[in-house]
Amino acid sequence: MNHDLIERNVGLMAVLTAVAISFGGLVEIVPLMNQKSATEPAVGLPMRTALEVVGREVYLREGCYNCHSQQVRSLAEEVLRYGPASQAGESAWDHPFQWGSKRTGPDLARVGGRYSEEWHRLHLTNPRDVVPESNMPGYPWLNKAKVESGEAAAMMTALRRVGVPFTDQDIAAADASTVDHTHMEALIAYLQTLKVPQPPVASPAAAETPAADTAQPAAEAAPADATSAEPAAEAKP
Amino acid sequence: MEKKLSTPQYEDSVIRGFALMTVVWGIVGMLVGVFIAAELLWPELNFDIPWITYSRLRPLHTNAVIFAFGGSALFATSYWCVQRTCRAGLFLPWLAKFTFWGWQAVIVSAAITLPLGITQGKEYAELEWPIDVLIAIVWVSYAIVFFGTIAKRTVSHIYVANWFFGAYILAVALLHIVNSAAIPINLFHSYSAYAGATDAMVQWWYGHNAVGFFLTAGFLGMMYYFVPKQAGRPIYSYRLSIVHFWALIAVYMWAGPHHLHYTSLPDWVQSLGMVFSLILLAPSWGGMINGVMTLSGAWHKLREDPILKFLIVSLSFYGMSTFEGPMMSIRTVNALSHYTDWTIGHVHSGALGWVAMISIGSIYALIPKLWGRKEMHSIPAINLHFWLSTIGTVLYIVAMWSAGVMQGLMWRATEADGTLTYSFVESLKATYPFYAVRLAGGLVFFSGMLVMAWNVWRTIAPPQAQAVRITGAEARA
Repeated sequence: MNHDLIERNVGLMAVLTAVAISFGGLVEIVPLMNQKSATEPAVGLPMRTALEVVGREVYLREGCYNCHSQQVRSLAEEVLRYGPASQAGESAWDHPFQWGSKRTGPDLARVGGRYSEEWHRLHLTNPRDVVPESNMPGYPWLNKAKVESGEAAAMMTALRRVGVPFTDQDIAAADASTVDHTHMEALIAYLQTLKVPQPPVASPAAAETPAADTAQPAAEAAPADATSAEPAAEAKP
Repeated sequence: MEKKLSTPQYEDSVIRGFALMTVVWGIVGMLVGVFIAAELLWPELNFDIPWITYSRLRPLHTNAVIFAFGGSALFATSYWCVQRTCRAGLFLPWLAKFTFWGWQAVIVSAAITLPLGITQGKEYAELEWPIDVLIAIVWVSYAIVFFGTIAKRTVSHIYVANWFFGAYILAVALLHIVNSAAIPINLFHSYSAYAGATDAMVQWWYGHNAVGFFLTAGFLGMMYYFVPKQAGRPIYSYRLSIVHFWALIAVYMWAGPHHLHYTSLPDWVQSLGMVFSLILLAPSWGGMINGVMTLSGAWHKLREDPILKFLIVSLSFYGMSTFEGPMMSIRTVNALSHYTDWTIGHVHSGALGWVAMISIGSIYALIPKLWGRKEMHSIPAINLHFWLSTIGTVLYIVAMWSAGVMQGLMWRATEADGTLTYSFVESLKATYPFYAVRLAGGLVFFSGMLVMAWNVWRTIAPPQAQAVRITGAEARA
């Protein structure tokens, strides 16, 4: 091989370098964007309410992902501790994803409904009031800050641009359900949504939600596939 | 390669700026690191003030040490290396100056916005879109200056260090632009263009290659210039450098999914990521071997030259963490290590042991040359800094390894009846002593940076007022 030629020609070297670094991303990312099981919303995945959208913003802004994951791995002990393993479809509307990379505190993917709202308020204001050994910082300022008019609508409009199917009514009604709520209330509302999506129980329920669920026709067909990938999982709550 | 022909006009003022800022941002970034390490022990340290809370400062720490400290070191050394090895002054010196001020503006914006909670919420890519745009502009300018300088070289061959610097510049541009794609809400916030599993894949393709190109290929470029220079020996194997260069840059790009084992990312991607991570061991070690073996026949220089000690020990840490990385990418090992402090230990064996130590060694080599001094003001102080860095790194990584393995084992421990042995908070309680050792290690490492600041200041400060000036040597301004 004549490497000498490359070493004498900066253009050739730059082009060959660009080629060498392109394959990994092309092979791993592009097919993924077209793989339905990775991109379609899970069956029964609810749209976030305006207050929950704001709550997720608070979650991002405060940097909760630095210590908490939102991803139950398909490992027996993990399912035992947190609940059913996470499915890709659960985060289909998450811009950005918040799976995390470090657990200084526990995983939160299944925290919804596990604690009361009052517990969350106490815990987020001063974690050591309810968990004496905790090293989580307190976030008391969330009790004071209020959601402002137009905030939620702006977020939902931008989210719609990246593909989250909020309707015009959702956006128009955003102010009414968020203004004057505290950031604490918004964050707690969001935390309470972090749980396994419940597929619609009976057929009449499906008729009730006309617009919001149109994005996922194919998903209905395969409910069994969406639930548990983990055999040992069944027994444990 | 020095002074056979008439020396070209080298453009060094911008390098002086970057070299100094390497020290300044190193101190700032590591101080933030020490502070947040203390917050993990004493959470009350945020005094209920939002902008000094752990979760807002941790991104500032990572951005400051990687992009401000590491970035400034890379700019300084790449601009130095490309001019000397091409025997040509920088292409478009004014654009090089712009990269200095632009990069400092990026860093200052980061230092203001991150504590305010202005973030995209993606690790190592937290900076919001207006700053991302500025980064892209600075980076393209950097590429123009760097490749332009190579293009106007007066020697026929492109030196190996420049292959690595070039690949790092191209790859970081690609990674940054793809991963930062977002739709703005307003000036201060935007949403990632990707969602869920795709966003996770793009993010860790970016995140792992920020390590692979920013923190590895770039610093290998530094290594390929400063190790042979300081040792006064040629590179051990030309053939090895060719093979490991192409293998390294091609294979690294595939390794990202090992950050997502057992998650809901489809299995085929996880498996690809693991296989390529294992292969990556070979080209990574190619660089270590080529660097360390360059010292063949000059080992005695390690005894008296603390700069060389920094360079060679950094290569040892590099070899260690690039062995550890592929091991941690094996799914079964990762099941234990992921989400624990083992990852933090691994990162710091690379960040402190490899990236920081090779930068520190290189900056010590550069500073006297940049300011026209014979050598650093105090060689014993460099030696002291070397030991503080080494001891600090070892304390840090041993504490985090132990903590991580312990956490992994506690999280998976079950009783005979199949229930979990420990609650989560019990694993946290057991970690506190290790957090204390980690804080001590960080403090020791940080104190070394203060020694460096003193030494650099004494080296570059104008000679004592008493000294008689012979010529108007102030022309450098």
